[in-house]
Amino acid sequence: MEERTARLTEYAETAPVNRIEWGDRKIGVITSSTSYQYTKEVFGDGCSVLKLGMVNPLPVRIIKEFAAHVEKLVVIEELDPIIENHCRALGLEVTGKDALPMIDEFSQNLIAKALTGKAAESVSLDCPIPPRPPVMCAGCPHRGLFYTLAKNKCTVLGDIGCYTLGAVAPLSAMEMTLCMGASVSALHGFNKAGGRDAEQKTVAVIGDSTFMHSGMTGLANIAYNQTNSTVIILDNSITGMTGHQQNPTTGFNLRGDPAGKIDLEALCRAMGFERVRVVDPYDLRQCDAVIKEELAAEAPSVIISRRPCALLKYVKHKAPVRVNPDKCRGCKSCMRIGCPAISMKNGKAVIDNTLCVGCGVCTQLCAFGAFESSDGEEK
Amino acid sequence: METKNIMIVGVGGQGSLLASKLLGHLLLSQGYDVKVSEVHGMSQRGGSVVTYVRYGDKVYSPVIDLGEADYIVSFEILEAARWLPYLKKGGVIVTNTQQIDPMPVITGAAEYPAGLVEKMTAAGAKVDALDCLALAEQAGSAKAVNIVLLGRLSHYFDAPEEAWQSSLEAIVPAKFLEMNKKAFALGKAAGAI
Repeated sequence: MEERTARLTEYAETAPVNRIEWGDRKIGVITSSTSYQYTKEVFGDGCSVLKLGMVNPLPVRIIKEFAAHVEKLVVIEELDPIIENHCRALGLEVTGKDALPMIDEFSQNLIAKALTGKAAESVSLDCPIPPRPPVMCAGCPHRGLFYTLAKNKCTVLGDIGCYTLGAVAPLSAMEMTLCMGASVSALHGFNKAGGRDAEQKTVAVIGDSTFMHSGMTGLANIAYNQTNSTVIILDNSITGMTGHQQNPTTGFNLRGDPAGKIDLEALCRAMGFERVRVVDPYDLRQCDAVIKEELAAEAPSVIISRRPCALLKYVKHKAPVRVNPDKCRGCKSCMRIGCPAISMKNGKAVIDNTLCVGCGVCTQLCAFGAFESSDGEEK
Repeated sequence: METKNIMIVGVGGQGSLLASKLLGHLLLSQGYDVKVSEVHGMSQRGGSVVTYVRYGDKVYSPVIDLGEADYIVSFEILEAARWLPYLKKGGVIVTNTQQIDPMPVITGAAEYPAGLVEKMTAAGAKVDALDCLALAEQAGSAKAVNIVLLGRLSHYFDAPEEAWQSSLEAIVPAKFLEMNKKAFALGKAAGAI
């Protein structure tokens, strides 16, 4: 290992990926990767650059030689001062984190401002610009489930996927998201600490794909160490957020060829879950009943909320719903689900026909029957 | 030549990625060094999206910073206003006049600002605004807004018409080619400011 490191260090001294680009020698910059691009953008040939294509182990002789031939030595690197500290350990005087930030990404303006005091001028409007956060698509199966969780004032421990958007207003139904698989293990810990009160109102939500990636270990922990936890697997039969990749529950591999198919219900039962329920997230009444039952149950349970992603090519949609303006009272009940196809114009709900896929979730929310589905018609 | 910067901004799902791909293809065919960077991920979910196109003799940084864009090509007027700080002094905004309400506006938590073209002009931007949606529908599909915009943008470039046409042929799927050629022509015929 030591021998190998010594050989690598020697290689770093001669490797073509570590190269010096001589320019003006008043400033000499040691940098690598995208920081190199920003540096060149700012200085062009107005400085000399030691571009490191390999940063571990760092070359000693090249750095010393470079430093000896420039007036001022600067290290431009994002985050921690790794190269900079190496230079200091070699006894070199260097500018680095005294001028540049330790956090966040760099940009050409940031480097220009820090090292030359100049940056491009910019203008902005003095009126507030409303943000445009991403939203769940019209017809997204996650919407009905999150509406139900919000309605029941559940504490929701989230995970990584499109459904993380459940945290955004108006659904606002997610308290925590950390990393893939964390929802399930966090739920177990949360319920251990919070006891029966926590168990009766807290759920974990995790997508089918994330569950396969790293949710199963947490679920095994719940089964083994026994909390009365309720885990909801949002099974939309695909990996939605990253652009429809297959996963072990879909029955296809990444090329789209037939592959093994893991049965979620059988898997959960095999782990020892006696309560495994399947709901259709378009059916709000069913979702509500099942979530209430499983939270009340004094046993660990899994609810599988199953409906394929609305963007999948094979999913057939209904015609857009229609709003009967005579029946709409403008109560905005339908606005609670945050559907991008619904807006209010002149005090009445209006449907965007180019977006609506007729999922019918809004129809179930209207107490006045103002939404009219046109059954059978497909688009 | 000095590096030129084009930002393509819009709402996820409007077709900005295809527009940047086409622009990248065109600029490469004109012999420039080109870098195109896209923001993926949530782009299909109706969020604000941005793509950077940089070209010149030698392009280094893949991104465009505040105050650097020569052109902002915008699919939606609020997005043009959002990214305005990236425009260079004296830069041009080529924008679709379409308004798409973001979720905070839909829920009533925020208001869609009025008079954005006038406000951006007052701030010093040259604003070239066009109802691209109407022209796209005239060409045959609301989805061709991206190509109408490029037709409009073509007035600001030296590249010959044939180069645009061959980039269209190379990038647009064959079955939509004729419709998109029509969209390009309509955007171009609308002239520039």
